[in-house]
Amino acid sequence: MFPEIPMLNYDVVVIGGGPAGMAAAVRAKELGLNVLLLDENDYLGGILPQCIHPGFGLHYFREELTGPEFAARFAKRLVELGVEYRTAARVMEIRNYSDLEKVVIFTSPSGAYQAWAKAVIYAAGARERHAFEIGIVGDRVAGVYTAGEAQTLMDIYGIMPGREVVIVGSGDVGLIMARRFALEGAKVKAVIELMPYPGGLARNVMILRDFDIPLYLSHKVVEVRGRGRVERVKVVKVDENLNEIPGSEFWIEADTLIISAGLVPSVKKLTAIGVEIDPSTGGPVVNDRLETSVPGVFVAGNALLINDLVDYVAEQGELAAEGAKEFIENGGIESRKWIWVEKGENVRLLAPHRLSGERDVYLYLRVARPMEDIELRIPEVGKRVKLSLATPAEMLRVKLKAEEVRNAEKLTVEVVRE
Amino acid sequence: MTKTYRFTCIVCPLGCSIEVRIEDGKVIGVTGHTCPRGQEWAVEEATNPRRVVMSVVPVEGGALPTVSVKTAEPVPKELIPELMKFLAGLKLKAPVEIGEVVAEWNGIKIVATRGA
Repeated sequence: MFPEIPMLNYDVVVIGGGPAGMAAAVRAKELGLNVLLLDENDYLGGILPQCIHPGFGLHYFREELTGPEFAARFAKRLVELGVEYRTAARVMEIRNYSDLEKVVIFTSPSGAYQAWAKAVIYAAGARERHAFEIGIVGDRVAGVYTAGEAQTLMDIYGIMPGREVVIVGSGDVGLIMARRFALEGAKVKAVIELMPYPGGLARNVMILRDFDIPLYLSHKVVEVRGRGRVERVKVVKVDENLNEIPGSEFWIEADTLIISAGLVPSVKKLTAIGVEIDPSTGGPVVNDRLETSVPGVFVAGNALLINDLVDYVAEQGELAAEGAKEFIENGGIESRKWIWVEKGENVRLLAPHRLSGERDVYLYLRVARPMEDIELRIPEVGKRVKLSLATPAEMLRVKLKAEEVRNAEKLTVEVVRE
Repeated sequence: MTKTYRFTCIVCPLGCSIEVRIEDGKVIGVTGHTCPRGQEWAVEEATNPRRVVMSVVPVEGGALPTVSVKTAEPVPKELIPELMKFLAGLKLKAPVEIGEVVAEWNGIKIVATRGA
């Protein structure tokens, strides 16, 4: 199709070399597939090599690792198995010619290539929400970074992004960056949180106490000012409906503003080939093999939905690889019928969306509001799971057995009080 | 003099609110915990808080300009600034293996968590 571009041939091309993509590539290779892994960074691991704090791998490896350690284990396995991979490889386009004919066009330092494959596993992760997206106005100055950008600078390249820091967002990422800045001798002047409660896990909220960092709940940053570089940011209090309270504004002097306001699945290259997106997850609608609405295109990790544990991300990568194997062998993912899964009371988002009832499956979901002493229920099949606590910040993962759901027409998942 | 510490327990996801009361350096009461591990953690946190410390150290000749490191064991919290100063003075040369002890400080091993 592109006679001028060298052509490569695979069973499956995996896009993204983070935990989802590496786990997918490893599993695909173990299953005997001819696989190519592509990543745009100069190194494998995705964001893990820059996440130098511990807390990774408790489920998957049953020990607590740092991000680089978690990534290194998968990278080692990848190399041992002889998985073909290319770093500094940027995917320009995916083309879907037919169910078993897909092309991934990518550039790399050695030129452009077209990689033909029967299946594609998309594991390109998520992007961070940025300053404009959360309504911050003012001067276009240096010193405004997303948390991930600051983390890359500090923990990959050893560069300090600033000295007097204001952080927007008290989720785990924002708090972890507050600690990194404080440890490196910067003054973290404030963490600004829109909601009336901190967004992160208790063990990360403890960071604020460790370093005497003020936390402003029910506040938002609305403006940034400076000549050339950030000099001050304007903060305003919000009411219970998150509306700004007039007259509550104040300025904080700082040379750096860090935005840690959540992640959005990267799906541009998927929507370009007609993949159906679930507006509540921001990722594709998938079946229980994590196949999207385009046959033979699978998705895993934060490109599917925002996960909070890397262990689940790796698990999804493996599942997608098993799906790719089945797809290639049978010319499709087979099911006698698809059972639709719907969001019920207090469920904000969930995946997968369609179940075959022919295999066990994990449902991943988030609640809409915090609740204690609760039950996850699927009334159609009489399923009940007791949970002590669920908050929107923490993803729930529930196993459904094939025989439990096989005979249902549809499923409604609700999280309600006992 | 009695001092009261309030913690949200981090031992498990339950997140109990634990209070530790200390008089003249002695623990005189712990309330709010629902398990012995939580109690132990809160007492330790009130009397002798320790943290595993992570950072990065510049490395010459590696694929990336830094290697990430961690302390092999938790360090008393008040010593962390001093440890960070020590780490800031370190410079390494590739090759560095992941898991390699790259330095020692006050008897505490500094371990590489990323190779170079």
